[in-house]
Amino acid sequence: MIKKENLIFTNLYGFNEPSINFAMKRGDWKGTSKILKLSKQEIIDKIKDSGLRGRGGAGFSTGMKWDFMPKGSSRQHYLVINADEGEPGTCKDRDIIRNEPHKLLEGCLISGYAIGATKCYIYIRGEFFNEASILQKAIEDCYNRGFLGKKIFGQNINFDIYLHYGSGAYVCGEETALIESLEGKKGQPRLKPPFPANVGVFGKPTTVNNVETIAVVPTILKRGPNWFNNLGRENNCGSKIFCISGHVNNPCNVEEELGVPLKYLIQKYAGDVIGGWNNLQAIIPGGSSVPLLPKNECENVLMDFDSLKNAGSGLGTGGIIVINKQTDIVKVIARLSEFYKHESCGQCTPCREGTGWLMRVMNRLVNDDCTVEEVEMLEEVTHQIEGHTICALGDAAAWPIQGLLKHFKKDILNRIQKKQVA
Amino acid sequence: MSENSFKVIAEDSLQPKSFSFSSDNLVKAKNIIKMYPSNYKESSIMPLLSIAQNQNNGWVPKKAIEYISDLINVPEIKVLELATFYSMYNLSPVGKFHIEVCTTSPCMLRGSDSMLNLCKKKLGIGIGQVTNDKLFSLGKVECLGACVNAPVVKINENYFEDINSQSLDQLINNFKDNKKIKIGPQSERKGSEPRK
Repeated sequence: MIKKENLIFTNLYGFNEPSINFAMKRGDWKGTSKILKLSKQEIIDKIKDSGLRGRGGAGFSTGMKWDFMPKGSSRQHYLVINADEGEPGTCKDRDIIRNEPHKLLEGCLISGYAIGATKCYIYIRGEFFNEASILQKAIEDCYNRGFLGKKIFGQNINFDIYLHYGSGAYVCGEETALIESLEGKKGQPRLKPPFPANVGVFGKPTTVNNVETIAVVPTILKRGPNWFNNLGRENNCGSKIFCISGHVNNPCNVEEELGVPLKYLIQKYAGDVIGGWNNLQAIIPGGSSVPLLPKNECENVLMDFDSLKNAGSGLGTGGIIVINKQTDIVKVIARLSEFYKHESCGQCTPCREGTGWLMRVMNRLVNDDCTVEEVEMLEEVTHQIEGHTICALGDAAAWPIQGLLKHFKKDILNRIQKKQVA
Repeated sequence: MSENSFKVIAEDSLQPKSFSFSSDNLVKAKNIIKMYPSNYKESSIMPLLSIAQNQNNGWVPKKAIEYISDLINVPEIKVLELATFYSMYNLSPVGKFHIEVCTTSPCMLRGSDSMLNLCKKKLGIGIGQVTNDKLFSLGKVECLGACVNAPVVKINENYFEDINSQSLDQLINNFKDNKKIKIGPQSERKGSEPRK
C-alpha cells in the first residue's frame, strides 16, 4: 500500500545509525530554521490541515490540542512527551527512540515552539534504559550543534529538553497521571477540568503528546499538510507504525498508511497467522485495551480509527495481537485482567476493587469453574466499572472482557455446561 | 499473593548501616535536581531513587530513603511512598543478575510461561527469590514493551528478546560463567524487522 518514498521512518529497524550525522543524511534537521520562521498559529493550522490525530491511543486531533494552549500569556508553557510506552502489544515508540531519536527531538523543538513552550520533558519508561541512553546522547549532540539551548538557529527561540525516567507504572501513560509522576507524586490521574492546557505540570499550561505524534510533525511540515492528508483515508490521514505480535510467523513493526486492511497487513508483512489464515481465532487490533475481533470481522476490516470503531473495537496504539485457534482465548483475556489489576493505581473504587474481582472471576473462568449466572454478572460488573473512574484504565479493564463475551459467550457457556454435566 | 516480592522492605539484618551517594552520583544527583523548578523538589525523587538503586546493587535500602529525603529536604514518607508505588524499585536485595520475565498476553502467546518455568527450574528459585550464591534472582513483570520480539526477559538493565528454551538456557549459563553475552534479540534479527 504505502509507497517507499512516503515512509516517514526510514530507519525504523535501525539498519543505519541513530547518530546525528546519519540522521541529518536522512533529512532530519533540514529546513528546520525555515519552519521556525513561520508563526506559531501557522504551524498549528498546518498540523490541523494535515489531519494528524494523536498516535498514543485516543486519536484526538493534534492541531486542536495545541490550539487549546493559552495564547500570548506570560506563563511558562511546557511540552511533555509521553514515552511511557507500556500498552501490551505496543512497541513502536521504542523503535523511534532508539533508531530515529532526531525525528523526535526535531519534533519537540517545532511543536514546543508552536505551543509557546521553552521547556520539554520526555517521560520515558525506566525499563528503556538503553533506549534512553541513545536519546540522551542525541540530546547532547543537539545542544552541541546549537539545535537546542539558547538562540536556536540564531533566532529568538530558546528550548531545553530534559529526560525524565519513569519507574514501571502503566497508568503513567495517562496524561494527568504522567504529570503527577513528573511532579514527584504517585501516578494517580487528576480530575479534569482543569485541563493540562491550563493547569498542567508544575501548575503551568502543558501539552502532553505521544512520541510517534511528535516524531511525524517535522516530516509533515517539510512535505506539506496535503501530502500527509492524502495518505490514508478521510479523517484517518497519514501513515502509522503497526506492531504485529502474537501468533504470526514473522512478528514485526511496520509503517503503513492508515486504512490498510488488517488481513493484508498480517499476510504481507508478518508472514500470515501461524497455521494459516484459517487458523485465526481472533485479533486484538489496537493494544490490549480494545475489544477483540473474531476471525470473521478480521476478513475485511480496515486499520484506522473510524473503521475499527465501527467494527466495535478501536485503533488504539496500533498494537495488533494475533491469537490462533490452538489458544484458549479465555486465558489470554484473563492474563490481561491480571495486568489491569496489577496496574490499577488504586484511586477510584470501581477500578481498584473491580479489576481484582474481574481477575479472580476470569481466572476461575479459565478452568470453567463458574456458573452461568456468574458469567452474566461478569458482564454486568464490567459495565459498572466502565465510565465510572477518573481515567480510562477502568474502561481498558472492562473492554477486553466485554469483547470476549460479545463474541465468545456461547462457547464459554457451552464449556461451563459440559463441565457441569461431567 | 503467595509469591514473594522484592517490594517488601528487607528485614533489618539485611539493611546497610548507612547510605550516601558516591561522589560521581552526587554530581549526577545535583544535575538532576536542577532539571526541575526549585519549588518542585519532589520531582527529583524518582530519578534519585533510581541512582540509589543502581549504586546499591539493584535495591533501595531504608537508609537510602532517609538519605534522599535529607538531600532534597522532603518528608521521608514522600520518598517511601514512591519507592513502594512504582514497581521498578526493589526494597529487598536482588541477585547480581536480576532476571525479569515478561508474562503479559503478547509474550504469553509466544511461550513466556515456559520461559518462566525454565528459570525457576534451572535456578531452583521461585518468583521473588534469590539463589543461594546470590548470583540470580527472579521476577515476573508486566509488559516490557517489546512485543514483536516476544518472549522477552530483562536482566538488569538489558533486554533479551526473541528467546526460546535453548537460548535462555545458554544465556543464563553465560551469565553464570562470566562469558560474553549478546544483548537484544537472540535470533538473527537486529530489531523489530520481519524475519527474512
